[in-house]
Amino acid sequence: MAEAEFSTLVEVSLRVNGERVSRRVEARRHLIDFLRLDLGLTGSHAGCEHGVCGACTVRVDGEIVRGCLTLAAQLDGADVWTIEGLSDTGEVRDLQQAFVARNALQCGYCTPGMLATCADLLERSPAPSRAEIREHISGNYCRCTGYEAIIDAVETVAAARRAATGQVAIGQATIGETAE
Amino acid sequence: MRAFSYSRAESVADALKGVVGHGETKVVAGGTNLLDLMKADVMRPTRLVDITRLPLNRIEETAEGGLRLGALVTNADTAHDERVRSRYPMLSRAILAGASAQLRNMATNGGNLLQRTRCYYFYDTGTPCNKREPGSGCGAIGGVNRIHAILGASEHCIATHPSDMCVALAALAAEIRVTGPRGERTIPFEAFHRLPGDAPQIDTNLAPDEIVTAIDLPARGFAAHSTYLKVRDRQSYAFALVSVAAALEIEDGKVTAARLALGGVAHKPWRDQAAEEALVGRPADAGSFAVAAEAVLRDARGFGHNDFKIDLARRAILRALQDAAASETP
Amino acid sequence: MIAKPAIPDVLREPGPGIGKPLSRVDGPLKVTGQARYAAEFNVPGLVHGYIVSSTITKGRITRIDTAAALRRPGVLHVFTHENRPHVAWFDRKWKDEDAPSGSPFRPLYDDRIVHAMQPVALVVAETFEAAREGARLVQVEYEAEPHETDLAARRHEAFTPGKEKGGFEPPPKPRGDPDRALAEAAVKVDVEYVQPTEHHNPMEMHGSTVVYNDDGTLTVHDKTQGAPNSHSWVCSVFGLSKSAVRVISPFVGGAFGSGLRPQHQLFMAVMAALQLKRSVRVELSRPQMFTFGHRPPTIQRVALGAAPDGTLQAMIHEAVQESSQFENYVEIVVNWSGQQYRCDNVRLDYKLARLDVFTPLDMRAPGAATGVPAIEMAMDELAHALRMDPVELRLRNYTDRDPNQDKPFSSKELRACFAQGAERFGWSRRNPQPRSMREGRQLIGWGVASGVWDAMQGQADARATLGIDGHLVVASATADIGTGTYTVMSQIAAGTLGLPIGNVTFKLGDSALPMAPIEGGSWTVSSVGSAVLAACERVRGRLYKLAAKMEGAPLGKAKPADMVLTDGHVALAADPARRVPIAEVMRSGGVLAIEEEARSVPYYVKRAQHTLATHSAVFAEVRVDEDLGTVQVSRIVSAVAAGRIINPKTAGSQVMGGVVMGIGMALEEETFMDHGLGRYMNHDLAEYHVPVNADIGSIDVIFVDEHDEVVNPLGAKGVGEIGIVGVPAAIANAVFHATGVRVRELPITLDKVLAGLSRRSAA
Repeated sequence: MAEAEFSTLVEVSLRVNGERVSRRVEARRHLIDFLRLDLGLTGSHAGCEHGVCGACTVRVDGEIVRGCLTLAAQLDGADVWTIEGLSDTGEVRDLQQAFVARNALQCGYCTPGMLATCADLLERSPAPSRAEIREHISGNYCRCTGYEAIIDAVETVAAARRAATGQVAIGQATIGETAE
Repeated sequence: MRAFSYSRAESVADALKGVVGHGETKVVAGGTNLLDLMKADVMRPTRLVDITRLPLNRIEETAEGGLRLGALVTNADTAHDERVRSRYPMLSRAILAGASAQLRNMATNGGNLLQRTRCYYFYDTGTPCNKREPGSGCGAIGGVNRIHAILGASEHCIATHPSDMCVALAALAAEIRVTGPRGERTIPFEAFHRLPGDAPQIDTNLAPDEIVTAIDLPARGFAAHSTYLKVRDRQSYAFALVSVAAALEIEDGKVTAARLALGGVAHKPWRDQAAEEALVGRPADAGSFAVAAEAVLRDARGFGHNDFKIDLARRAILRALQDAAASETP
Repeated sequence: MIAKPAIPDVLREPGPGIGKPLSRVDGPLKVTGQARYAAEFNVPGLVHGYIVSSTITKGRITRIDTAAALRRPGVLHVFTHENRPHVAWFDRKWKDEDAPSGSPFRPLYDDRIVHAMQPVALVVAETFEAAREGARLVQVEYEAEPHETDLAARRHEAFTPGKEKGGFEPPPKPRGDPDRALAEAAVKVDVEYVQPTEHHNPMEMHGSTVVYNDDGTLTVHDKTQGAPNSHSWVCSVFGLSKSAVRVISPFVGGAFGSGLRPQHQLFMAVMAALQLKRSVRVELSRPQMFTFGHRPPTIQRVALGAAPDGTLQAMIHEAVQESSQFENYVEIVVNWSGQQYRCDNVRLDYKLARLDVFTPLDMRAPGAATGVPAIEMAMDELAHALRMDPVELRLRNYTDRDPNQDKPFSSKELRACFAQGAERFGWSRRNPQPRSMREGRQLIGWGVASGVWDAMQGQADARATLGIDGHLVVASATADIGTGTYTVMSQIAAGTLGLPIGNVTFKLGDSALPMAPIEGGSWTVSSVGSAVLAACERVRGRLYKLAAKMEGAPLGKAKPADMVLTDGHVALAADPARRVPIAEVMRSGGVLAIEEEARSVPYYVKRAQHTLATHSAVFAEVRVDEDLGTVQVSRIVSAVAAGRIINPKTAGSQVMGGVVMGIGMALEEETFMDHGLGRYMNHDLAEYHVPVNADIGSIDVIFVDEHDEVVNPLGAKGVGEIGIVGVPAAIANAVFHATGVRVRELPITLDKVLAGLSRRSAA
């Protein structure tokens, strides 16, 4: 590898919310700032810049990550989804509705990151117990709501999704069931 | 943060070329610790080599019947791997006790080994710290030291290693595979991390021009009788005040093999082989476990706020060994 | 137009919507990421500022070298005390709505350093990262002076403050002879409680985006609990005319008091924008969120004496609290004790100690969350000493008059809170013996405590504009920091005018709107809600008059007093089927819109004759690991009496949030200082522990019916603070019940529990 390959400016080409984005970024540009400042996607928030609070949670290549501890330069070819895109596709609409209906948000600052994490949980575990929900989203701080309503909202959505797909929960596993 | 230049390595050879001879060059993968420290101005590399694309992202069987964990496999994928879960449940449990879902998705196995301390003074550039700035003094000695070391500390540094995963790896007697300009080599887990001594700025025995390629787990996984106990200030998502990886093999109520490692108490994951050996041949009961706990902590020393850790560690060892003895299946 | 509303003699009936559990109207914007916070307004040419913090705690700056920073690409300017633009000189120019007496801190004013991590420079650059890098490169040399930051070291040099701050009442004069009564009491406790420094740590870091407009005026997007407060402060400090600045703050990512005073980022961003004639954003870093105010550490002595039947005979409650060297921050800490319980021999004492820290700042239930837990832990200790049920002890000494002021309460349903809370919790099954419940290695304990907070009200304005399309716009410069202001104000307006909630838009967070006080102290529904009600009533009055003038309408010759507004119609109260659409009424009156502005003022006379307070009874269940000392709160029941609840959903959420902050206070939250350095050491979110989801068990909130005609026309007392107040003591008392160990120093971390367990087994 030649010296010249090191650069303070890096070309990246990635997909953000399904759209191709090509930019030349400073090597030190973090994903969260890339989204908020360069792309104007301010729905993802920064709460600590320290990887702790979870407000910057976004989805990269199918996994939730901390936007504040990821360099944009590392994401060439990546597939990034933020709350704006997840809202547009309708993928988290039921969670969003349940959050509003249950008052699972107050100031709303943690909410987009919280939704991304909850969506991730339901993808992996369609019938989570309350304890599992609490553990999975313990990396997303909320200072306002008291958490209880968030758990209620996730449980509600999990049950509704299972009902919609004809699944019933047995213990922690799920099995498919025919409609009849 | 300070400006740096960036390069993406496509092969291990590439990465090594990038690192060679450049003291201020750092390797970045998940970035969860390095980028944080760069933002805090604690680490100031001028060049980063991104190794995320290297082919070190598989978990494979070894000829010896163990598993090889690629350095770039994420902590999450390692913890959830079916082979790891069934054969090394203590490791899976330890990984899941650490950080958050998001961080485990990003953090790699190699990066986990190289995590730096969470000492307040190390992070705050407005304070003295021999690890961050050799010769500036240790703020934690005589300062705020509730989370600090009770074993193996020096007059220069009383920081602890923050990893959970590494405590289980220590107990499993894993080996670290590294590569560098002088070729490949294997480092026994216990020789990988260092005690602070008079050079607390050096965390590990990995040479600056080497990179970690894999972690080898021996065949013996202690799946029947092992646990990872983490004691912390919250129910989830806090660094360990004390953690214990405890593993036993038991026949007819007697211990035939034992492993015991502690986290949160020293500059490195603290494994005590003498205490392990002392357990062998004894009944798997509270009396034996208490003797082992005393043995581990015989040289423990507190620095004021962390004095409680000595008693806590004793209690945690006892609890973990009892839980391990009781556990049957993961 | 501003007019005093007619104040009714009897409480109005709630209109449709008031009292309903409506979902928050700002919810959809927030769950889709469209709500914009202060640091999210992007404008062309925006530059970024990053603050340099001092490394010493006290002394002076001897040299600042900015050359290295200025050499970095992208760095535009470095502001220091040596080159800052002119700012106001008089202290009064720096006072804001929440300022206590003293000399407010002035960023970059001179070379003096008065607290750790004081802002000493601002680096402005084209990008955020360049500014942050520049900030690392500013070289500052200091001459340090000795400092003192340890309250324990200064507690005996404390002084008695006067009325240093709005809303503060010094303790009442002593009653009877408390020392003698204590000495003679059959049963007594005399103990000391210690509470640590806490920081608000809202999720959003404080940020300001100052847009420099073409005409030289500023549009300031600020994180604040009062856009008018930020507005007048900026105008005053920088000598700007009111019309040259507009402060906007539609969404605030939590505050809990941190936004009650203008913070460093506002000063810095405005200063830079004015000087550079560019739009500037400054955000504090998370460590810098620990540099501008905190819940002060407090040491309290509580001594109680009682007769064998539990009747209180003596009460002494003394508190020493931290303040800075430059301002006298005060909060009501001890007064609540004398207000909650009937006792003839009482001494309440409150003192301040000056330390080299930043001035403390109101944090959720300031004072009450500190003082009430102390008396409530002491009452539990007394109940144990008396072998008496702790609820029974509280009821034994219950009072329907405020003994401090010898006034009746405007309403006080605390008895019902205890009854309903106990019922829901299952309190009657409690075995009074500590360590009487266990499950495996977990000891289980049940504890109770009460809570109290003032029902305050300030003066506020609101404007209501009803369009002929049936859409109502109501506006007031108040804030919604997540509390639900948008929603409850919309409900009050919709209810008053009989409109569907979807027809109402409420505007807030803008200094150009009708005046409102800072949002805090649980007084926003009371203050702004009353103004909204008044403005909407005036609109309603106008509609009725227009309707009365309509000829041949279904309303006949009805007078305004015979009319009601319902479902978008003016109807006859006696026969609602006879009705006319609002639009038709307005058309016939020849108006396209009806606009009214009103100012609400508290019922000064009635309020002065009463003590006004919210109350709660909190029941807690904890599980303590006997081996490891870890505490988990598995259940909380909080029964709250807070007058009329406008929206049980948002109010319930407020109380739950308060409960969780109370769990944090009991078990986790503490900003600890290295007194040698005079510096907070855990100033980040990894080491300043707030509760995470896994820390929380079930939380059950009960609103007890409470009717109050004194507090304000709505009968609502506010719920923002009451949720936290009773929680720390309920948990501490439950920990004692579980373990037999009293931990009198919050937070109750496992090391303190273990120490107690070890002492216990040794004894």
